[in-house]
Amino acid sequence: MADIAFLLLIFFLVTTDIATDSGLNRKLPPWEEDPQDTEVVIKEKNIFTINVNSADRIMVTQKGESDPIDLDNLRKEAVKFLDNGGGKGADACKYCKGARDPRSSDNFDKAVISLSNNRLTKYKTYIAVQNEIIAAYNEIRNREFIREYPGEGINYVQANDEYLDPATPPNRRENLKTKLEAIRILVPQKFSEAETK
Amino acid sequence: MSKFKKKKDGGLPPISTASLPDIVFMLLFFFMVATVIKEDNLKIQNNLPQANQIEKLDKRKPISYIYIGKPSRNYVDTYGTEDRIQLNDALKSPDAVQAFIASERAALPEELVPLLIVSLKVDRDAKMGALTDVKQELRKTNALKINYTTKKGESISSSRN
Repeated sequence: MADIAFLLLIFFLVTTDIATDSGLNRKLPPWEEDPQDTEVVIKEKNIFTINVNSADRIMVTQKGESDPIDLDNLRKEAVKFLDNGGGKGADACKYCKGARDPRSSDNFDKAVISLSNNRLTKYKTYIAVQNEIIAAYNEIRNREFIREYPGEGINYVQANDEYLDPATPPNRRENLKTKLEAIRILVPQKFSEAETK
Repeated sequence: MSKFKKKKDGGLPPISTASLPDIVFMLLFFFMVATVIKEDNLKIQNNLPQANQIEKLDKRKPISYIYIGKPSRNYVDTYGTEDRIQLNDALKSPDAVQAFIASERAALPEELVPLLIVSLKVDRDAKMGALTDVKQELRKTNALKINYTTKKGESISSSRN
């Protein structure tokens, strides 16, 4: 009996794999034959540029200054930039809780995070940077989700997980979908990747 | 001469193996439940990086896998030590990505084609060059939904070693 069981066990050990079915979802921009045609003008204060070089060092450009930055501080800086709310009049940010520095981003909708990397950048560093950018957006989205829907008792990330869970009933999914989309419109991920040189 | 002979001390009694099948079956069921059949036979090293802001891939949507990494030790002689791209069972150049996506799309029912997600399984020590080429090809063929497949864990500390 044990022999047969061992045989089956070894067969399963060899032919199967522990599934990794999770990761960072991203959307690529469509291909442009001639990128010059579609250039958009964005104010410098609304861009937060992250550059990762071939030695995996990170440089952040904002408010017209470039500074090397440590991975540990990247999320904090990105949240500070996104949450700044320096806009006036039509660009005023209703829910931003930041410093309202006029030299930094106007509002959630205007703030753009741009990432560029070198061909020799290590993938693990790139993923860590991507992870921190998503974490910064999630931090603000969580806060806004709780403010907007206090009755739910969950934050944006938990709501999104529940939405993606196949065990969630369809009417609950529909309900969550409208709420998640409202938050995604309020705090859009304006993220751009420069072409690698 | 005593009537009651003292039992001879014959060392340790043999360990009973009666419960061995139970244990092995338990292991077997664990592996049957916790694992899935391998999608592709990897010819490259594929140790995924870690991240914590991850979302589950929606299994109801079609997923295609692209692997990037250095060839594994058995294949170094044939393919060298630079990062390579694996599509299905073969190592290919970036030019083959468009044809690969086209064939993946052809195998799907039409209504699912726009939902196709490309799962990029890239070795944590790979360089961005090969991935950049793949991303450009994916943009050209309009497969824009991608997922950087990662393990769950701390990204910052794991990126340092």
